[in-house]
Amino acid sequence: MAKTLYDKLWDAHLVTEIDGDGLLYIDRHLAHEVTSPQAFAGLRQHGRRVRCPEKTIATMDHSISTRSFDIDACGPQNALQLKTLVKNCNDNNIMLFPVGDSRQGIVHVMGPEQGLIWPGMTVVCGDSHTATHGALGTLAFGIGTSDVEHVFATQTLRQSKAKNLRVELSGRLAAGVSAKDIILAVIAKLTSAGATGYVIEYAGDTLQHLSMAARMTICNMSIEAGAKAGMMAPDQVTFDYLRDKPFAPKGDAWQQALDYWQTLYSDADAHFDKTIRIDVAALAPQVTWGTNPGQVMAIDGAVPDPASFSDAKQRAAASNALHYVGLKQGMRAGDIAISHVFIGSCTNSRIEDLREAAAIAVKGRVASTVKAIVVPGSMAVKKQAEAEGLHQIFLNAGFEWRLPGCSMCLGMNDDTLQPHDRCASTSNRNFEGRQGRGSFTHLVSPATAAASALTGTLCDVRTL
Amino acid sequence: MRGFTSLSAQAVSLLQDNIDTDQLLPKQFLNAIDRIGFGQHLFHDWRYLDDKEAVLNPDFVLNKPEHQGAEILLSGANFGCGSSREHAPWALADYGFKVIIAESFADIFYANCVNNQMLLITLPAEQIKKLSDIIATKPDSLFHIDLERELLTVAAIGIGFSIEPLVKQNLLLGLDRIGLTLTVQDAISAYEKRIPRFMRGE
Repeated sequence: MAKTLYDKLWDAHLVTEIDGDGLLYIDRHLAHEVTSPQAFAGLRQHGRRVRCPEKTIATMDHSISTRSFDIDACGPQNALQLKTLVKNCNDNNIMLFPVGDSRQGIVHVMGPEQGLIWPGMTVVCGDSHTATHGALGTLAFGIGTSDVEHVFATQTLRQSKAKNLRVELSGRLAAGVSAKDIILAVIAKLTSAGATGYVIEYAGDTLQHLSMAARMTICNMSIEAGAKAGMMAPDQVTFDYLRDKPFAPKGDAWQQALDYWQTLYSDADAHFDKTIRIDVAALAPQVTWGTNPGQVMAIDGAVPDPASFSDAKQRAAASNALHYVGLKQGMRAGDIAISHVFIGSCTNSRIEDLREAAAIAVKGRVASTVKAIVVPGSMAVKKQAEAEGLHQIFLNAGFEWRLPGCSMCLGMNDDTLQPHDRCASTSNRNFEGRQGRGSFTHLVSPATAAASALTGTLCDVRTL
Repeated sequence: MRGFTSLSAQAVSLLQDNIDTDQLLPKQFLNAIDRIGFGQHLFHDWRYLDDKEAVLNPDFVLNKPEHQGAEILLSGANFGCGSSREHAPWALADYGFKVIIAESFADIFYANCVNNQMLLITLPAEQIKKLSDIIATKPDSLFHIDLERELLTVAAIGIGFSIEPLVKQNLLLGLDRIGLTLTVQDAISAYEKRIPRFMRGE
């Protein structure tokens, strides 16, 4: 029977069935300080051990400072959580990339760049943006802490099979438009719950022109449409990316793996429960106007009138959102003044993202009304950016150049906004208060964020 | 673990779509290393007027005197979307909620609740509206939830709900899901032997 990529990965990892649930084997588990301590405590409480310590890799990212490598820098409670991770990893023989380590980074940036994520793997992490790794042809999804504990103890997870959703992307992006704009448009089309119960496979001719970083940006935000996971069939771009990465297979194993990876695609007549199509050639830069990632407008567009939504619930949601974000229907994006710019997060902090932002930053100076920070996704990204002189471009333009971490995407450290601050952010969530209580978030691409920093308003980078 | 068979309790209604886990429990409370005490911070931004949680927001529904002690929460579509933080269900449970009734739930949140012995019931919008109206008319209406029969009754209305057999069994028996998986360790070991060497990732 013809299979989708998801079907193939599901079948390849099915250990057995328990009362109708699939028991899936987990090849790679990524861990960080926030969602693991209670899982380790649960193991201790039941006298259980970590079954395969070598299949879990841990890093520090969520609650660390972006100004200092000192793990005490963000207060005693954050420090306790970080020290607990060190102890748990030591006690259980788990490899940890702590703050200051050359391999440390945001878990979803670090994993692929270290070569820990291979096509065909199942990948989980106690973080909802784990779908990022689907860009390498994996089945990757976020889990809660109880399931983190389940993976530690059994290297498996009980799952019911999701449905298949195909997102077909056609055409090439215009100048100034990027992968972030694609995924925002996809979420707008699906709505923030439209993919609940599905695994998304992104396909279509657009993908062959996209770098791995761009592909990861797209898969990263699958959860914002409610999807279980997002994935793409691996191709030459994937293999070229992975080859020679520190933890990638080497020698004979590489060739054998490659032979297998080349079988990882959806069969031509595979069944998808749902398909949507987007022509990306016609796409303008996108920006969110509301409080969920499905509330999106074109950068040259205007804030919609809630009355324009035919669905009563969407109408109510739009009305609530506008009330919260302090915007009025009909306002042009370009007339919305911002106070902050955040370039970073597991969505947009890779070297390609920073190059896109720097290419804009070089054209001017950060507006006097704006505070702008650039937070590289990992130590490796930071090193590469500095080697290319990108940090100097940012610093010269008036951006702050920080140390790697999740930072202002969720503000578990001191990178938070104050009430009524308005941020153009390359992160993934514009929920109420996400970046700080009473603050407003507009999700944008790295280029749009950089352009907005220069003009002090949400800015159409194509006009600069 | 304790099992869940039935519940008679007051319900409170927060009919809004897309209530995300950042609203249920904001990030500043995620730096704990244990599972206790999150209930105090549930809906922090909506429930308190200040950051120190000293001043209650009198307009927020959970703060109304007539809704104190509610153990059932009614909400809209896509409840629990966003972050995978299990701290959100921990906060709901610690506050005292045992059952959430909504139009739909986000996947990870649903799994997290199952792992915490919380019952999530999905009902169509019109039925949730009807239940919400009952609460508005008589806030101390007792909702009776019978998991075995998959039946909710309140104010002489009976509404059937359906729940996945596995989830139901898990709740009724209060099963230790990890313990259950550990009973098939032989199958896991056998699977591990079948993984090709080049895919072992060790």
